[in-house]
Amino acid sequence: MKIAIASGKGGTGKTTLSTNLASLLAEKDNVVLCDLDVEEPNSGLFISGELFHQEDKHKMIPKWEKDECILCGNCQKVCNFNAVMKLGEMIMVFPELCHGCYACSELCPTKSLPMKPKKMGELKHYKLGNLEFIESRLIIGEEQAVPLIGQTIKYVDENFGESTLKLFDAPPGTSCPVIEATKDADLILLVTEPTPFGLHDLKLAVETMNELKKPYGVVINRFGIGDAKVEEYCTENDIAIVAKIPNNRKIAELYSSGKLLYNELPEVKIELEKVIGFIQRQRENL
Amino acid sequence: MKEIVIISGKGGTGKTSVTASLAYLAGKSIIVADCDVDAADMHLLMKPVNDRKEDFFSGVLAEIDQDKCIKCGKCSNVCRWKAIPIVENKYVVQPLDCEGCGYCSLVCPTDAISMNEQNVGNWIISDVKTNTQMVHARLGIGAENSGKLVAKVKNEAKVLAEKSEKDFVVVDGSPGIGCPVVSSLSGANLVVLVTEPSVSGIHDVKRVYELVKKFGIKAGCIINKADINPDKVKEIHQFLETENIQLIAEIPYDENFTKAMTMGKTIVEYDPDGIGEILKNSWEKIRKI
Repeated sequence: MKIAIASGKGGTGKTTLSTNLASLLAEKDNVVLCDLDVEEPNSGLFISGELFHQEDKHKMIPKWEKDECILCGNCQKVCNFNAVMKLGEMIMVFPELCHGCYACSELCPTKSLPMKPKKMGELKHYKLGNLEFIESRLIIGEEQAVPLIGQTIKYVDENFGESTLKLFDAPPGTSCPVIEATKDADLILLVTEPTPFGLHDLKLAVETMNELKKPYGVVINRFGIGDAKVEEYCTENDIAIVAKIPNNRKIAELYSSGKLLYNELPEVKIELEKVIGFIQRQRENL
Repeated sequence: MKEIVIISGKGGTGKTSVTASLAYLAGKSIIVADCDVDAADMHLLMKPVNDRKEDFFSGVLAEIDQDKCIKCGKCSNVCRWKAIPIVENKYVVQPLDCEGCGYCSLVCPTDAISMNEQNVGNWIISDVKTNTQMVHARLGIGAENSGKLVAKVKNEAKVLAEKSEKDFVVVDGSPGIGCPVVSSLSGANLVVLVTEPSVSGIHDVKRVYELVKKFGIKAGCIINKADINPDKVKEIHQFLETENIQLIAEIPYDENFTKAMTMGKTIVEYDPDGIGEILKNSWEKIRKI
């Protein structure tokens, strides 16, 4: 079963929920935690473990080989992203604009633009007891997170069976990286906070999940701060509120040092157990 | 006219609350731009009215004319995104998977595939409560090209600022280090990093600053929730010193941030003497950097 932990707004507690939940689940069962926020991966700051495997991740981009090139300019014509240009007697490739569609390469009459791998990030796989932790990080300056997210999910799919419980810490927002990170999930947990920003971005996240036709539940973090409008919205729209993690300065302090919360704060553990119960009920319905 | 971009790497550090406060303090001397187009929140504090809304078209998606399709499957074969599966005996493009590369349309023997421009969202110019204008946007669900929409918002803000002879454009940037952030940063004169003394706050601000360095933009830093972890604050100080980034202010952990937000106010309006005073000094420093 695949569970994605997502939110519209950043900083609502996705990583806090992912890491604490994974760690608590791992006390009893095998769990995979995968950090798909490849632009700013943070789960690894809270989960240590032994490095089990490491690999570079590449995207395929065309490389110009001038010997056979007849400078017909077809490559430039077929590229929708302005990533290949004919400049005088030269073909220039702009790797950061390339989406890797292969059109220029495969439609080149002289095969002068073979696709070559270019490193876009690194994947690391750690083990800690029952917990398998996988994270990928995008090289700074690379603009496209989606291909790396896709390859990271593929790694998890290839290494773990369908029955294994897998948690995916998704990037924030509602655009392409979030879609990539959530589209294969069986269940989504939307983390929000009871504030106007939290509510506004939760509505966007709910719209996204409805578009993807995914089952989801809401976890309210920092519960007690702000107002009751998130709860009202969930009730009005028949959205399950799975748990309410209390607002507490102590949580902010533990978090700031990279510590997990549930061992020191029983009130957090109770809420995590509610999340685990929700997951189990959904699992039985699959 | 100078362009100031506020970013944080990590979400939830108080970036938007700080940006709205700076905008409130700067009043009519600036144009405000919300470049966090994915999850734009600044309007909740700036109270925009008189919206002038424009559709934003960017990128293309494939569409198959089923009357022309001979089901040869070439389109589906060349698609690297597996965006053209067979659904009920027909080849159908899945819009959320289509990357818009157009390769399928090039190999289709019967010209059955058209690439159609997509309305991916809209951008808006509004009047705001600080007697100036704000440019903001709304990206469609799952839309691509958020980088291009960010660029559009910034450009429109610049045009407005030049036309109305403003001193600054103040930009609320996006989280992360990917294309929307790259677009937010390009052309900026000053970056203000809003961070917090936590393992993740530090990790993320360091990563996003690596990106800022590639652009060679001068930076200042505001540390929010500065009293939750003294050791981590020291670590941020060291980082700022090494990178020669000016420390603009330290703001204590304060639930007034949330209270102000709940009332739709900037923290400067809600708590003018406490945190408001710190931010007032911050704006004075920023405008002189």
